[in-house]
Amino acid sequence: MPRARLLRQRLLTLFLLGLLLLFSPLVLYLEGAGDWLGIPLLYVYLFAVWALIILLAAVIAAWHRD
Amino acid sequence: MSGPLIIVLSFAYLGLLFAVAWWADRRADQGRSVVAHPTVYALSLAVYCTAWTFYGSVGRAAESGLGFLTIYLGPTLIALLWGSLALKMVRVAKAERIISIADFIASRYGKSQLLGGLVTIVAVIGVIPYIALQLKAVSWSFTILLDYPVVRMPSAADVPPWADTAFIVALLLAAFTILFGTRHLDASQRYEGLVAAIAFESIVKLTAFLVAGVVLTLWLLGPAHFELAIAADDPRLQPLLQPRVPPFQDWFATSLLAALAVMLLPRQFQVTVVENSDERHLRRALWLFPLYLLLINLFVVPIAIAGLVAFPNGDVDADTFILTLPILLQLPWLALLVFIGGLSAATGMVIVETIALSTMVSNDLVLPLLLRRWRRRSPPADLGRWLLAIRRGAILIILLLGYGYYRLAGEAYELVSIGLVSFVAVAQFAPMVIGGLYWRGGTREGALAGLTAGFLVWMYTLLLPYFAMSGWLPPAFMEAGPGGVQLLAPLALFGFEGWNQVTHGLFWSLAANIGSFLLISSLREPNAVEAAQARIFVDATRHGGAGKAPLWRGSAEIAELMSLAERFLGPERTAAAFADYARRRGVARAQLLPPDAATVYFAETLLSGAIGGASARVMVASVTEEEIIGMDEVLNILDEANEIRAYSHELERKSQALEAATAELRAANLQLQELDRLKDDFMSSVTHELRTPLASIRAFSEILHDDPDLAVEQRQRFIAILVSETERLSRLVNQVLDLAKIESGHADWRNEVVILQETIAQALSTTEQLLRERGIVVTLEQPATPAAVWADRDRLIQVLVNLLANAAKFAPAGDPEVPGQVRVSLAAAGADWRVCVTDNGPGIPEHERELVFEKFRQSASGGNKPLGTGLGLPISRQIIEHLGGRVWAEAAPEKGARLCFDLPAHAPPPA
Repeated sequence: MPRARLLRQRLLTLFLLGLLLLFSPLVLYLEGAGDWLGIPLLYVYLFAVWALIILLAAVIAAWHRD
Repeated sequence: MSGPLIIVLSFAYLGLLFAVAWWADRRADQGRSVVAHPTVYALSLAVYCTAWTFYGSVGRAAESGLGFLTIYLGPTLIALLWGSLALKMVRVAKAERIISIADFIASRYGKSQLLGGLVTIVAVIGVIPYIALQLKAVSWSFTILLDYPVVRMPSAADVPPWADTAFIVALLLAAFTILFGTRHLDASQRYEGLVAAIAFESIVKLTAFLVAGVVLTLWLLGPAHFELAIAADDPRLQPLLQPRVPPFQDWFATSLLAALAVMLLPRQFQVTVVENSDERHLRRALWLFPLYLLLINLFVVPIAIAGLVAFPNGDVDADTFILTLPILLQLPWLALLVFIGGLSAATGMVIVETIALSTMVSNDLVLPLLLRRWRRRSPPADLGRWLLAIRRGAILIILLLGYGYYRLAGEAYELVSIGLVSFVAVAQFAPMVIGGLYWRGGTREGALAGLTAGFLVWMYTLLLPYFAMSGWLPPAFMEAGPGGVQLLAPLALFGFEGWNQVTHGLFWSLAANIGSFLLISSLREPNAVEAAQARIFVDATRHGGAGKAPLWRGSAEIAELMSLAERFLGPERTAAAFADYARRRGVARAQLLPPDAATVYFAETLLSGAIGGASARVMVASVTEEEIIGMDEVLNILDEANEIRAYSHELERKSQALEAATAELRAANLQLQELDRLKDDFMSSVTHELRTPLASIRAFSEILHDDPDLAVEQRQRFIAILVSETERLSRLVNQVLDLAKIESGHADWRNEVVILQETIAQALSTTEQLLRERGIVVTLEQPATPAAVWADRDRLIQVLVNLLANAAKFAPAGDPEVPGQVRVSLAAAGADWRVCVTDNGPGIPEHERELVFEKFRQSASGGNKPLGTGLGLPISRQIIEHLGGRVWAEAAPEKGARLCFDLPAHAPPPA
């Protein structure tokens, strides 16, 4: 049971991190912030954060395999 | 492209789908399920991505830039909470055999049929536009493909329904869904084949989208990069090339909306909760499903840009770019692949959604009405076939309603906004579902009020504007409000302007919903059934899971329960289920089962799997006689359970404390035994020591007594021995008393500042006689500065005398060649003063150095029994330790023994 609670807690932390990175004024900094290889930085940032969240969730879930 | 080719291809694809389902069902029957795999489960969740995603994302991106992402970011984040949220739902659904979201909400609030019906109505009305959208997508993509190689938008010409592709698509999908989803009744037996087919479709639509994305992106970067450079200043491209984040409230609200929808849409509930075969699969899904969403969005922006570059006139609908671009580029295979991908996105959604909705319609809407009728007349014997027929009818009707909506209103909006309106409708379930999983206070009336209020506001702010756009209502109504009351304008309720329509509708509908839910729930306490259900739902992830103790009391007949179940499930399945249950309870035959609460609960959950919780409760109640359990009694039962839990915690705590205490006692007992043994040893040593002088006193006294003629010299000698033995005896007794006093802590201590030089001098003068007798030379080394310690003067002298006597005892005596030597030294040792008494005797072997401080232990290295009582050193150790110092024996530098003690200096000794 404590293991399951730890899993929930880690994922909740990741959830809050996701909220911060995607739904806070942080995103606004990247509006019109130039581009990277011709791709506007805002796209790069959003997809990178998205991929990062998925990656961390996968790592957390893998730790808790039983 | 020829129509027959597309049709044949479509049918081949649907046939393949059916083959996948059939194969998975076969495997499941053989016990080698393909669906019981976490990846298949995660892929089946991707039924979330419908034709709306497949075609509509590009359209939305082309129109407004980044907004389309919110539909996928919200679910990505909410999936991280599935470890608690979805887990609770899955556990409850398994325990209660819940088969739809209506069933779930009805079960939570006291198995209310009324609530289940209302949820069904909201879901059907809310989701029908969404189904219409799928029909529109399939028929449009078919029509567009038919015109290959010309890119032409379908005309909105008035065709009769029988010539309308959407109508034929609706009928075909209805037939297909009926084949798929209504073959047997017990829905909680899960549709293994269906899940396999959905997972397969998820792979097909993702592949199609990715292939199209790569091809079109390469075209954009290669052959079309000149056009792209020219079009870079086109205002239509600005939202994509210079992306801006939408206004925060829209960005957040749409994400929230999608996050709620991914849990609450009837089809998502079906695949996430009802079709879940193992709750551990959630752990894979919570990252694999978001990964799927990420991949299917990767090429949305490039395709949108390519479309805007390729069709500069704006006469091609952006929703169709992914299909019209391959046509423009003369890539027939890609166009067909995209068509199949869109078809698979649409059919997957329609099949699962209509199965979920038809279950709700039959169990929560039609069946309760029939039950009401049958209360007066006896119901037909084979209800199971009735139910299947109702479900099939419901599937057909839902699809026809979808088609009807498409015909009447489907042209007014682009795809994405239709989907969002549906999302807001199902978001109305959120307070009841999520609140019900974490809050015990909700009541049936509260849930009804919240849902009604939210639904009415949804109709007013989101559905009415659609009707107005479709020309059914005067458009002025939208701006000016009903009767010109500006405050009530559906698009700017209470003067809220400047918000996007969906955000506006979501905000007001959820506000009305949550407000009414809380307000009405606060009017009364939850009743017996509600409290019991709240316990099952809220405590689902508690240790040991939901309490299964059913709250039921009354009388029932097994035969009646079985015949009731037979009506819905058929005789064979009923007999098998009851026999299995009897075996689990250790009863030989089903007929012998005790008609108690647990059996009735079993029958009720068995029926729940077929007809839903609320109806099952009513049906079971019709064949049993339930006594009403009062609220007080329920609370008592719940309190009892709580108390028992508290007791067991308390017991556990106490038994741990007890164990600790036992361990302590055992240790204490061991110590006591050791002390007891020491005391015995001490007693025997003391008596032994007393006996020796006593024996000699007695012997000499007897001689003196018996022999009066003894010479005077002789007599004098004997009397001298008597005196010395008596002295030794009294010294021994004194020392024993002294030791006992110090050990027991009753000794008087008169501590003061004592100068060590003075005490050493006193001790030397006391032992002068003894030392001189034995011809021992004493040397003294001490600093000139007075060495002050805090001690009892007399006791300290006692210690020094003991040490000196000890040294005198062991120093060689009477040998003129090796004169006895005793050296007394005083020196500073750190913060202590150290006094050492060294002799040049035989010394103490290393293993005896500690033993000499034990009572009656004397170093036997002298060979013969040494002089003394054997208590001097133990007393000295007691005294020194009491004064805060330590005493020990060590080897002298050359030869002999050295006994030292340290005492803390009273004033710091000079450095």
